[in-house]
Order: sequence, then C-alpha cells, then structure tokens
Amino acid sequence: MQSAKGTVFKYGDNVDTDVIIPARYLNSSDPAELATHCMEDIDKEFIHKVSRGDIIVATKNFGCGSSREHAPIAIKAAGVSCVIAETFARIFYRNAINIGLPIIECPEAAQAIEAGDTVEVNFDTGVITDVTKGTSYKGQAFPEFMQKIIAAEGLVNYINQK
Amino acid sequence: MGMTMTQKILAAHAGLEYVEAGQLIEADLDLVLGNDITSPVAIKEMEKMNVDGVFHKDKIALVPDHFVPNKDIKSAEHCKCVREFAKRNEITNYFEVGEMGIEHALLPEKGLTVAGDVIIGADSHTCTYGALGAFSTGVGSTDMAAGMATGKAWFKVPAAIKFNLVGKPAKWVSGKDVILHIIGMIGVDGALYKSMEFVGEGIQNLSMDDRFTIANMAIEAGGKNGIFPVDELAVSYMKEHSKKEYKIYEADEDAVYDEEYIIDLSTLRPTIAFPHLPENTKTIDEIKEDIVVDQVVIGSCTNGRLDDLRIAAEVLKGRHVAPGMRCIVIPATQAIYLQAMEEGLLKTFIEAGAIVSTPTCGPCLGGYMGILAEGERCVSTTNRNFVGRMGHVNSEIYLASPAVAAASAVAGKISCPCRLG
Repeated sequence: MQSAKGTVFKYGDNVDTDVIIPARYLNSSDPAELATHCMEDIDKEFIHKVSRGDIIVATKNFGCGSSREHAPIAIKAAGVSCVIAETFARIFYRNAINIGLPIIECPEAAQAIEAGDTVEVNFDTGVITDVTKGTSYKGQAFPEFMQKIIAAEGLVNYINQK
Repeated sequence: MGMTMTQKILAAHAGLEYVEAGQLIEADLDLVLGNDITSPVAIKEMEKMNVDGVFHKDKIALVPDHFVPNKDIKSAEHCKCVREFAKRNEITNYFEVGEMGIEHALLPEKGLTVAGDVIIGADSHTCTYGALGAFSTGVGSTDMAAGMATGKAWFKVPAAIKFNLVGKPAKWVSGKDVILHIIGMIGVDGALYKSMEFVGEGIQNLSMDDRFTIANMAIEAGGKNGIFPVDELAVSYMKEHSKKEYKIYEADEDAVYDEEYIIDLSTLRPTIAFPHLPENTKTIDEIKEDIVVDQVVIGSCTNGRLDDLRIAAEVLKGRHVAPGMRCIVIPATQAIYLQAMEEGLLKTFIEAGAIVSTPTCGPCLGGYMGILAEGERCVSTTNRNFVGRMGHVNSEIYLASPAVAAASAVAGKISCPCRLG
C-alpha cells in the first residue's frame, strides 16, 4: 500500500457524524457536493483550508453517531488522505474501510500531534511520523481480513474479486 | 469458556460451534434494512457489483422515513430511486408513505424482526431489535449493498458488558431514563465495539416499548448492539405481530463479560441529557435553575411508540402548553397514529395546543418539521443532542423521556409531571 503525507487538522473527542456532514445536506449523495460541507458545523474554515493529502487527527470516538456513509465519503472527497484517532466509533470504522478511506488508531500519536504539523503515515508498517516534531509512533495494524478489503480499495471490489 | 447471548447468535449464523470476542466471522443475514438517506448510496454501490439482483426479496426492508413525505426535490429523487429499486427487484417489504412508519418502530410491528435473527441496517439505531432478543446492528451503505447482494456480512465478534437490572421503576420513570442513566454512567464510548447485554429480574417491570427505547440507544454508548433475554412478554409480542419463526438463545452461565453493572430501577429518577452529548446527564432533582424551552418534540425511533404517547397524553390531559411553546408530537407509525386516534390521545394533544404530524424522522436529525433557530432550546424525546443536530449550531437539545418532555411543554421550562400543579 501507499503512504500519506500532509498537514494536520486537529480535533478533540467525540467528533460526531452530524458535524462531519450535517443532515441538512443529506438530501444529496454526490461526494463532491458533500465535500463542500465537510466539517462545517465544527470548523467552518476546514473546507477553505484543506489541501489534497491533508490529514485529520482527533482523540477519542471519532465518527460517533449516525451510520451515514456520507461522513467518510465527504472526508475522502475533500481530499483528506488519512484520519488518525485514539479510537473510532465502530460504524464509522467499518464505513471508512468499506469505501477505502485510510484510518488508523494510535492513542499516542492522536495526543501528541498538533494542528499544522506535517505528518507522514506508512500504511504497510503502521508507522506515523510527525515530520515537524521529528517524532514517530506505531499505529495499530489492520487485521489481515481488513487489509484485503483495503487492498481491493473497498468492499465492492473485494466482493467482485471473490 | 462460555458465550454471551450475542456470541451464540453470531456463532449459529456463521455455522460455528463456538466464537470468542475479537474473532472475525462471516454471518448469514435474516434481514437487511435501509432508509431514504442510506439506500440510494447502497443501491449505487450494489450496481457496481457483479451480481444478479438481491439475495432474497423477502429479507430486505426499505423504509423511506427520514425526509418523507418528501421535503424537497432532492429528497423526492432519493425516494424515487429507492421506490424504483424496490419495484425492479420485487422487494416484498417496501413501505410507501401510507403504510410506513419510522423504520425501527415499524419493522417489529410488522413482524419482520424476531428473536435469534441477525439483522443489519444502514441506520445506526438498527440496534433497537435487541429488545426482542435479536442481534441487530447499524452499518453503512456499502455494507447494506453487500448484504443485499450476498445475504452475508462480516463482523468482529464483540466482547460484552452485562447490565443486571433489578427493582421496579417509579411512576414517571421509563426506559428512556434507564438508558440515559446508563449512558451518563459509562459515557458515549463506554461500550465501544461491545454488546450491551441486559439481564435481571427488573426486566419484567419494563414494557416492550421501554425495552425498544433502551436497546435503541445502545449506539449512544458506542455499543455494537443492545440485547435482552426473551421472556413471556417478548414471546407474546412476537406471536401477536409475526408469523416468522423465532429462536431463543440464552447466555452461557460462564459467559465472559468485560464489565458488570447492577442498576436498581427503583432508585432511578427522571433523567435529562444536556447539550451537546447524551452522556451529559442530570436527574430532574439536580436541575436547580430554570431552563426555559422554546420547543418540545415527542416522537422518533426512540420514543414515538404507543406507551410514549399514552404517557405524554396523561401529562397533557386537561393542561395546555406554555404560551409561545411549540410542541410537536409524531406517532412513529401509521398503526400507532391510528391507535392513538382511537384512544383519544391525538385529541388530547391538539386540545393542549400541541401539533400532531404524520410519521417521520424529520426533526430528530434536523431534516424538517421542527428546525431550531439560533439560540433556541428544545426538550426532545429523540436520541442525539450533538451540536447542530436539530438546526442552528447555536441551538440546544435536551434529551428526555415523554413524561419530562410533556411536562416541560406545559411549564415552558424543563420540568417533570410531579412538579406540575
């Protein structure tokens, strides 16, 4: 697999799917349109500042709440290359893997990395490097079963290959 | 080492004698559910798969409920997409507006969810059916697509937390207070990735509607599912509503739980979750200040069932909502609506100055039918009070039971029936 490298947007605990993509925009399922409202209710500047490849770092229970797949779709379509968190809510975790948005759990990295840092993630090794601070962390590797889904770039391709 | 109730159901559906927490399995599905927001994405994904239609036309339920009756053109297009897919694939359980309801109230009522089932739904509150002793959990649209195509889903077998319920709740304390109390105790990620297994003699003191409310909000503690043992009350509910065969699973005596809690229902008080997380709970006795409220919503997949409406009507009977109060009552299904009408509950609501809407998820997720302006406050029987959930990012939602919500509508501030004159 590849690696990700970008500038960090940092958030706290319990970032819910209602702030990632508010329900008032769920009358659309177009990724590009959803992306224009990504993180709108928690960070109005996000969509104006984010560049392709950037990384979201948050602490506990990222993506809690609704099962809307529109949340990881909006993040991916906004150009984010990876989400690092202490923990993810379970439906968001599944959804991210199923649509091919790389996510990685690493409590130490989630705590230490700050907004604006440049961070590099190697998906093969799970190593997260904070280039700005010169520190690195070992994230949790995916179980083999999930690696297969990720390698196929999502559940649909995985099923088609089977 | 024994298995929990959830683990036993999953093992049986994976064709395995034994499973343990953390194991990855592929399980057969008894029902795959989607709504008007999540199904269009799933349908698009399914069309990319090399499959010839759905796995079983009777084992898929499509329930347009979030933005119906269609709130705008885009929502209408989504509903049209779901309707045409249902027709094309001859889906038995597609529910058009006249026979619909909020999915998690509708499906048990229609007899589509029974004990022992494995159910996935592209809606986070799919965990509701644990009240009947089923394993049911929320997933996203791609999982729904894969489920519709193959009849299977992958799961990581969850560890469990045991909640031993004892005692009998006092008057005006209901299932909502039980689950808000638990979420306040363990936090919004307190059951992350785990099953919440409710046991104990106190369960006999909870109605089916109480149990649906409790299981419904397992997700608000991060839980994968919430599940109740199948007792006589659950069996009689299934016999009344369903022709499907059910199967009762019981946890092994030596099943392993990560944590165990004893909840004495007799000590619980009306409980309210303050903005902006369901874990920010206070009992009514802990609220010393006046919290003035602009709107009250009584409804949703959490609290739009008949028991809920009966309690609200009991409070509102012979009373009137406070001046300037907007009180919105939403029966969760057409059958509940009709029964509420026959019992005179709707008359009570309207005479009290509330409005009654056709079934919809509408205001719960800030869709329509009760959006909040900047600075407004709502007491709601729904399930989430996140920032911006019901409207403006600077509005506030207080989650509560139907009793507290109805009393707050009368008082114009957060209250409970025992405080009304």
